[in-house]
Amino acid sequence: MSKITLQRRDVVGTLLAPRKPNLLVVGGLGSPSWDIAATDDNPQDFCLVGAMGLAVPVGLGLAEARPNNRILVITGDGEMLMGIGSLSTVAHARARNLMIVVLDNEQYGETGGQPTHTAGDTDLVAIAAGSGIRTTATIRTENELNELALSIHEIDGPAFYVVKVTPDLPGAVYPPLDGAFAKDRFRMAVLKDQIT
Amino acid sequence: MQNKPPEWPEEIFAVLRTREITQICHVPDAGHDRLIRLCNAQNDMSVTTLTTEEEGVGIVAGAWLGGRRGVLLMQSSGVGNTINALALPAACRMPFLTIVTMRGEWGEGNPWQVPMGQGAPGALEAMGVTLFRVDRTEEMADIVNAAAAQAFNNMCSVAVLISQRLIGAKGFK
Repeated sequence: MSKITLQRRDVVGTLLAPRKPNLLVVGGLGSPSWDIAATDDNPQDFCLVGAMGLAVPVGLGLAEARPNNRILVITGDGEMLMGIGSLSTVAHARARNLMIVVLDNEQYGETGGQPTHTAGDTDLVAIAAGSGIRTTATIRTENELNELALSIHEIDGPAFYVVKVTPDLPGAVYPPLDGAFAKDRFRMAVLKDQIT
Repeated sequence: MQNKPPEWPEEIFAVLRTREITQICHVPDAGHDRLIRLCNAQNDMSVTTLTTEEEGVGIVAGAWLGGRRGVLLMQSSGVGNTINALALPAACRMPFLTIVTMRGEWGEGNPWQVPMGQGAPGALEAMGVTLFRVDRTEEMADIVNAAAAQAFNNMCSVAVLISQRLIGAKGFK
């Protein structure tokens, strides 16, 4: 198996570069949220800074409420493992506009780098496929990542990708920590005059 | 004597329609079975079966971000699964409505249901959830309606606890 070389923040930058206005992003607790905030302080991003395990459920609720938007959940391996049953729920709901990307550094980066189960025998892509998500892949190279980024608006969901990244943690760039502000900013950007 | 099925599931359903609540999340529950069937028959309702209750807190939060109202239907044993998840609506000042069928409190037949059933109200209150309780069927519509108004008008977390007395204890003997 090839050596892991992809850097998490570059990965998020590449994924969000071809972004169109109908893309909504949900970030999972920890470094994925910091990576999104560092890349693109976009009001159409909603980054969780708590409620570990809920990034995918939030993305699913949003996907069902906004069928004309594309929803991209970007989270980490530890956060995904905590809400792993939600992959079955996503498969069952068949949200065609939902795509999940797990930045897998095989460790709990925020708490000191303790290994997650993906450092051992756990294979998140196999779990997603076994949960019934039909479009899945593991991304290890720059070429594979570029291909994924270019298809982000076309992929038929639900889709699930693991991007293997190095354990390097770039400096934390925080999204709005006040959830009420983050929520209002997101709703004003997305719902515009339909806000009630 | 043949018992007539209770009409309160239809009354809760009517409140969901009036209040435009269309994202219905649930872990299958005998007490909510009829309500879930009624919701399933509606094209404009998304009815989502969860693997565990905390997913429902996330899904209705995501629905709210997208401009849609939701509700989580669960049993008191599921309340314990939602506790840390309740930080999401609290920290984000989002509305959160749940309707809980109680166990472990009215001649319960299963001792394993008692700890969480007895602990559910305190656990919810500890997380800042406002409680409404329904002990009599004739109050159901009013209370569920008020609870929904409380949640969605004030951006807060609200639980309606439906007394086990209205559902009946499950016999194990």
